[in-house]
Amino acid sequence: MSLIESTAAQLHRQLTSGNVTSVEVTQSFLDHIQQHDEHYSAFISLNVEAALAQAEDIDRRRASGKPVGALGGLPVAVKDVICTKGQTTTCGSKMLRDFVPPYDATVVCKLKQADGVLLGKTNMDEFAMGSSTENSAFGVTHNPWDRTCVPGGSSGGAAACVAARMAPLSVGTDTGGSIRQPAAFCGVTGMKPTYGRVSRFGLVAFASSLDQIGPIAQTAEDAALLLQALAGHDPNDSTSSSKPVPDFLRAINQPLVGLKIGVIREHFGEGLDDEVAAAVREAVHTYQALGATVSDISLPHNQYAIATYYVIAPSEASSNLARYDGVHYGFRANEAEILETLKQERDTATATNQEATGKELDSELIRMYQRTRSEGFGSEVQRRIMLGVYALSEGYASKYYLKALKVRRLIRQDFDKAFEKVDLIVGPTSPTPAYPIGDKIADPLSMYLGDLYTVSANLAGIAGISIPCGFSKTGLPIGLQLQAPAFEEERLLQAAHMFQQQTDWHTKRPSLKN
Amino acid sequence: MTHDAFQTIIGLEVHVQLQTQTKLFCRCSTAFGAPPNTQTCPVCIGMPGALPVMNGKAYQLALRTAVALHCEIPRFTKWDRKQYYYPDLPKGYQISQFDLPMSQNGHLAISDPSGVFEPKKVGIIRAHLEDDAGKSMHDEAASKADSRIDLNRTGTPLLEIVSEPDMRSAAEARAYLSELKLLLMYLDVSDCNMQEGSLRVDANINLHLETSHGKVATPIVEVKNMNSFRAVERALSYEAGRQFELWEERHIQLGGPGGHKTTRGWDDEVQVTRPQREKEESSDYRYFPDPDLVPVITETDHVEEVRRNLDELPAAIRKRLESKYKITSYDTDVIVNQGRDFVDFYVTVAESCGDGKRASNWLQQDVLRTLKEAELSIEEFPVSADSLGDLLNRVSAGDLDNSRAKDVFSRMFNEQESVEEAMSALGIVKVDTSALESLCRELVTANPKVVADVQEGKSQAIGALIGQARKQNSNANPAEVKRICLKIIASL
Ligand SMILES: [Zn+2]
Repeated sequence: MSLIESTAAQLHRQLTSGNVTSVEVTQSFLDHIQQHDEHYSAFISLNVEAALAQAEDIDRRRASGKPVGALGGLPVAVKDVICTKGQTTTCGSKMLRDFVPPYDATVVCKLKQADGVLLGKTNMDEFAMGSSTENSAFGVTHNPWDRTCVPGGSSGGAAACVAARMAPLSVGTDTGGSIRQPAAFCGVTGMKPTYGRVSRFGLVAFASSLDQIGPIAQTAEDAALLLQALAGHDPNDSTSSSKPVPDFLRAINQPLVGLKIGVIREHFGEGLDDEVAAAVREAVHTYQALGATVSDISLPHNQYAIATYYVIAPSEASSNLARYDGVHYGFRANEAEILETLKQERDTATATNQEATGKELDSELIRMYQRTRSEGFGSEVQRRIMLGVYALSEGYASKYYLKALKVRRLIRQDFDKAFEKVDLIVGPTSPTPAYPIGDKIADPLSMYLGDLYTVSANLAGIAGISIPCGFSKTGLPIGLQLQAPAFEEERLLQAAHMFQQQTDWHTKRPSLKN
Repeated sequence: MTHDAFQTIIGLEVHVQLQTQTKLFCRCSTAFGAPPNTQTCPVCIGMPGALPVMNGKAYQLALRTAVALHCEIPRFTKWDRKQYYYPDLPKGYQISQFDLPMSQNGHLAISDPSGVFEPKKVGIIRAHLEDDAGKSMHDEAASKADSRIDLNRTGTPLLEIVSEPDMRSAAEARAYLSELKLLLMYLDVSDCNMQEGSLRVDANINLHLETSHGKVATPIVEVKNMNSFRAVERALSYEAGRQFELWEERHIQLGGPGGHKTTRGWDDEVQVTRPQREKEESSDYRYFPDPDLVPVITETDHVEEVRRNLDELPAAIRKRLESKYKITSYDTDVIVNQGRDFVDFYVTVAESCGDGKRASNWLQQDVLRTLKEAELSIEEFPVSADSLGDLLNRVSAGDLDNSRAKDVFSRMFNEQESVEEAMSALGIVKVDTSALESLCRELVTANPKVVADVQEGKSQAIGALIGQARKQNSNANPAEVKRICLKIIASL
């Protein structure tokens, strides 16, 4: 098997035994990217020299018997919403097109310490807002299974690069399904860990109370390897948990005995694609065959999850994105043009004797803010900022934002109750397989409804994983979502690994078009 | 300003920079005066992805202050984002506390020793923590010049202390500020330097008037840009007068047409308040809980521990000095206002000489004057409290008179000598009582004219004998000479 076809675990064994060097591995992935990515746009930027230098250093250390970190020289792609010192971090936005962070995110430090080789930064919906990676200022990422389809989003590049074998491991972020849904669309394994499991320091915030960094890989075993490197308490993130991190790789080989899985009745309702429903039912049977007991569960407030999410996430986003105002860094609208326009408007007001109107005109500063933000942000980001500003406004906050917080608590309680009865909740990751590019971009509401099964895990702060469980007739992957209580990533990985021992969906790879 | 026709209503909002080494949510230094933008990091300049982590020391300083202000400390408090756009606010929001502040419902007692107003308690609505913004420097001379931003101050911990509108005159407002500053200094939580912006005051002021239609209020004015306590006092006096004149002229009422709250700035040069441009952004700050920070839980036990560990504060010290050393409230005020070290110095001197009044006079006159002339603080003063006490003790015992004692004090300070060294250098020795008696007897015998005058009731004639005695022996204590001579004359 060629290097790029291998799983991360296989590559890791080869690296450790000295059969192959990190430079060789890194170079093969870089070659593959350079050969194919112009057709897929999974990456926004590549790190060729730095990656090879890092790989060389790891090889040198290994050769001289010095310690090598847990990732042992495996290449890792990083979503372009995570800060990398000295390398542009664009968040898929014109606003941060040239932004070079002066610091590394905690997860980037951890990856470097674990000797993961940073390949490059992956494409995404602008500021992680979107479910199709169509909202990127750097072009749409194409689904490796069908170039005319979206890869999902917002971590579309992160999932597509694993499916297309451009990286063995990939770091994504998930605010409402942004790891799990593209993992489903691209036929790979993607996990949203528990809120607080992985540090958010250096993750450019979309919705701080929902954002979480997680692994995307070919298999549950690979995901475990990467999660091990990412997880852990960070004194720089007040919301990161100080709970000890278990040994995921050791746990994964211990099968779950007496597993109780719950199927959410509400998830098999209107809007669910028949092929997806059938594949998920089949997956449930697989678990039954493995000895699991299955019961129906109900999450009565789940029907409000989308509404709740689309109040809370935009509210936080409207605040988190206020800093992009053209003053300190990032994009700024053309100043000369702003001043010239304003002068003309004032002159006109004076000439037509509208002194009062002239005075009412904005100041240069206000105009700079307006122009910068109108030109720097794409339309989906602007839409969500406006939603959020509205939901937090005086007189509306109690109707929208505060009400949404209350419903969020109810959604969390539903999960608490459900997990008293079952160990895992199983269902579809997304109502449909990947859809054609352009299909939903003009209809935000139908795009939002695609997050129906994923947002509640973020609202509840629990862990979830998407694994491949079949294909549509047209050859598009279908994802199975497993959800576990907070800080039960071990259980998720064990259950996913059990499934992957029994099935081969996760081993299928698309053939790339040139 | 007091005026029969109206009552002035004043509430104050004070922002105090807490004396921490590092900022409220990052580890940058808070030192004042560094070159612009050198004390910054991704967190305090609002870089994408950076996250705040609360500085526990700042919280403890705020807690200590709130407890000293007799505030209730709720068990649960949280952080909220106060959102507005301004170039010196790099995150686009300030991290503050909105509906659940860390402390509320306290008070601060104020009084005036010269009786300008009656002692009273000023209510404290709340005291909460927030992070400071940066500084904008506008070059207004050149109309097209760029504005410059210094973010060194961004993120410095601020305690905002909001009073009830309990003050009824500019003098009360000034007294409140002085007392608050003194308290903060005693708590060692802030250097309260108004010039460097570590203490900032905004005032809300309006008038209540009795009219034939009953009680009415004038629109509230927020007064800003007051850079000293004196400026606060003058600005508020001015503003009360201005509001009264405006009332007479236009009768605009609070809440009525044109009666909304406005902001005015104090122009210290011209001594007037002027309307300030209303903020361009709306007043809707869209507060919501900051999801990057966790709530702070403060258990009652901890609050009690803070309360127990508070050092004695100005109000209690004043009471103690007045009752224990029998000095006036004016004197205690002077001493307490000098700070805790000065109070300790006073207590040592007073205890050692056994005369609180004498110690108070000496400290207020000689010690304070010397400190001022030499530009020293009491900690740097070379004369120890014990040796000053020793000196005053000798004055009390009649070993030397007050004017000789001042000479000794001067040598103790200038030559760093002990009391004995200074006295012997000045040739001051105590004259033996029997020697003094024989000297007095000689003088009485030699001055029959003086004796006759004294016997006729002209007791001041005895002064001639004192003068002669001092000529013969410079150490002769005048009071002693007088006492002995009168005794001898009486026995003749
Ligand atoms: Zn800082």
